[in-house]
Amino acid sequence: MTAILSYIKKDSLIHKMAGTTKFFFFLLWSIAAMITYDTRVLVGMFFCGCILFKLAGLKWKEVRFALVFMFVLMTINLVGIYIFAPEQGVVIYGSRQVIAKLFWHYTVTIEQLFYLFNFFMKYMAVIPIALLFILTTNPSEFAASLNQIGVSYRISYSVAIALRYIPDIQRDYREISQSAQARGVELGKEAKLRKRLKNSAAILFPLVLSSIERIETIANAMELRGFGKYKKRTWIMRKKMEKRDYAAIAFGVVILGISLYMIFHNEGRFYNPF
Amino acid sequence: MCSGTFFLIYRIGWQKMKKPVVVFENYEYKYRSQKKPTLQEINLTIYEGERVIIVGASGSGKSTLAHCINGLNPFSYPGVQKGSLKLFGQEVSQLGIFGVSKYVGTVLQDTDGQFIGMTVLEDIAFAMENDRVNQEEMKVRTFREAEKVHLTDKLEAAPHDLSGGQKQRVSLAGVLVNKVPLLLFDEPLANLDPATGKEAMVLIEEIQRNTNTTVIIIEHRLEDALDQGADRIVLMEEGRIKADCTPQQLFCTNLLQKAGIREPLFLTALTYAGINLQEEMGLANIRELTLKEREKEQVCRWFYEKEEISCNKKSTPLLEVNKLCFGYEEGKNALSEISFTIAQGEMVALVGQNGAGKSTLAKLLCGFERQQKGEIYWKGKDISDFGIKKRAGYIGYVMQNPNQMISKPMVWEEVSFALELAEREPSYIKEKTEEILKVCGLYQFRNWPVSALSYGQKKRVTIASVLVQDPEMIILDEPTAGQDYGHYTEIMEFLVSLNQRGITILMITHDMHLMLEYTKRCLVCAKGRLIGDTSPSLLFVDDKLLEEANLKETSLFGLAKLCDLPPKEFIDRFIEKDSKIRKQMIRQEKLYSERKESAR
Repeated sequence: MTAILSYIKKDSLIHKMAGTTKFFFFLLWSIAAMITYDTRVLVGMFFCGCILFKLAGLKWKEVRFALVFMFVLMTINLVGIYIFAPEQGVVIYGSRQVIAKLFWHYTVTIEQLFYLFNFFMKYMAVIPIALLFILTTNPSEFAASLNQIGVSYRISYSVAIALRYIPDIQRDYREISQSAQARGVELGKEAKLRKRLKNSAAILFPLVLSSIERIETIANAMELRGFGKYKKRTWIMRKKMEKRDYAAIAFGVVILGISLYMIFHNEGRFYNPF
Repeated sequence: MCSGTFFLIYRIGWQKMKKPVVVFENYEYKYRSQKKPTLQEINLTIYEGERVIIVGASGSGKSTLAHCINGLNPFSYPGVQKGSLKLFGQEVSQLGIFGVSKYVGTVLQDTDGQFIGMTVLEDIAFAMENDRVNQEEMKVRTFREAEKVHLTDKLEAAPHDLSGGQKQRVSLAGVLVNKVPLLLFDEPLANLDPATGKEAMVLIEEIQRNTNTTVIIIEHRLEDALDQGADRIVLMEEGRIKADCTPQQLFCTNLLQKAGIREPLFLTALTYAGINLQEEMGLANIRELTLKEREKEQVCRWFYEKEEISCNKKSTPLLEVNKLCFGYEEGKNALSEISFTIAQGEMVALVGQNGAGKSTLAKLLCGFERQQKGEIYWKGKDISDFGIKKRAGYIGYVMQNPNQMISKPMVWEEVSFALELAEREPSYIKEKTEEILKVCGLYQFRNWPVSALSYGQKKRVTIASVLVQDPEMIILDEPTAGQDYGHYTEIMEFLVSLNQRGITILMITHDMHLMLEYTKRCLVCAKGRLIGDTSPSLLFVDDKLLEEANLKETSLFGLAKLCDLPPKEFIDRFIEKDSKIRKQMIRQEKLYSERKESAR
């Protein structure tokens, strides 16, 4: 019953790197993937991502749920693009090779398929790195690195504290819902949607109340131990930037550079094989 | 007399030598939201290196006093103060909350809530981080503090991998890192099992001895808090200090009873035996108690006055549990092979250390979780496969924290909620809800908002809201946790009245007094197994069982040994006498209140 996507403690090169590095690398990587539609760059990035993913020692089992969820979203997105702009590929690539006619004005063209494939690859290039960032960065260390890059420590600590208390609130929720169910509150699929919504209020009410009690304790405990005393604070989980961290960021910059260069080279964001 | 004078001189001399650490002078505190001051005429001095226990019923102002010392008052809960409160010679109002935190380290009652870091390491380092200590030094100091509280092998552990006692030790280390000269404990024993509570007190003593720290403990479980002795007890009542003296001096008076605080059991037993309590008897705890031959004889005489206890009636089994097994994770059994029978009309305690599987067992009985193996029978009928809702018609479950159960704003709505959901006829709902409200003594509150009720009344509302479904048995998780003696008695006597109406009761509890006073039978859990099914008095003479279950022997046991009496019989004699006296008291109280009613 832990959060679906959270830090998994392991001992790998990626895990050892500083949270700041991973955060910056993730940013650079995402921008690179966002600006280009060049298939060669995207495919290259995807493979690089897979290798890094492997390097972190992460297992398929650990991310299965998240991946399935993202694939569902992605499919919806791609179908949506097709429905609203079935001729987008034709506009971009300037040619029209029809494979099949569907209904009304919907046809399948090689150009549209290629365009959708590029779109798909954009996701594929970012997903491994995003997962990597979430799964290999210790939240407290991440809070430390956010603070380091200039985010106020009150804000960055609240990220860590939210993650800290999620399991506690989940447990509260479970206990409250069990006792509510014993009194006949139905949350299962048998109940009608309206009833279910109404019933969940019966759980939310005590959950919110007990959470408020908890927040008061947390706030007191933090204040009593001097949280907010100075404008700055130190972090025991902060990692120092080492050579490999700078190398990683440099690598990210290179990728972004390639992505930018290809825009000039292709005279646009798209690579046109047609 | 002579020794008393000597003691007085000794104390005065000693106080002159010691530095005053906390000084209240004609202090008064009024919360902004309150009309009357919560604290009045407080004059109190606490000296360096002392251990002081502050006791008082709920609402007596003891928490407010603690909040004034650690700076939460007035900095987090605004209010107006009069008079002066000095910490280490400085006015608190000028120090600010962070200034205070340099001197005072507070360990709160809620072991989960105050665990701020993701791991033990981070939580211990938290105060240093806020103090801008550099990383290297922080690591060294964290390790050193972890050593003091014996947690070096748990530095990487997350809070949910720790027991309640361990979490408390983390909090302790977390305030010790600041090298604070004053430690303040807010009800440190409330969430711990008896043996862990004792360990906590031993650890506090150890730290105090090694560092000359001043310790203030707020607690109403006086007997357990006194396990390692105390220099002074401060008794609070209605916002004022009623007594400020040594434990011995306090126990010779009846101030504790008046304030609704329970004295240690062996003292009650001595009083029952007609012994006049004197300071020089060593009253602070059973290990220090010395009795003269004459007094021992008096105890023996009292013991042999015992009446024959009537034999238990044979009764029919209500709930049978056969070889129940359950695990949250595969391969790990949270419960294994649990078997027992509960007869109709019994009142049973379920005891054992934190994490022994007590709550899990309760959840299985109520159908919240499904057992992997084993069966549950209700009056001979197999109910193992009944779902959560169906099970509620047989066994009701009352959670520890009433706020987690209350989902409607009004008392009537809350109590009738289950019936409304079941869509019973309105006439039945009205009739049943009225009946249950009357049974629970809540009828006059039926149109009140739940939030206006006291804790004990809220507890009764949650019990009522379970009872409307007509269960023949209810399970209560820590029915009296954190309650002072007055509320404890109120809740427990209510449960006894339900029990007399034929409702079978199973209570999960850490409170050994509760078990001793109110139950004739206890089920003992340890590490997912049922290791004992016995009477409380037999449990208390079984060293091995006590240790395995992380329980603590009662001071009655020590008293019996001191007087060379058979412990089990002695405890039985005590329970017999105690329940008789309690019944008398309740009868008197009823008479008194009835008289008051009729006078109106």
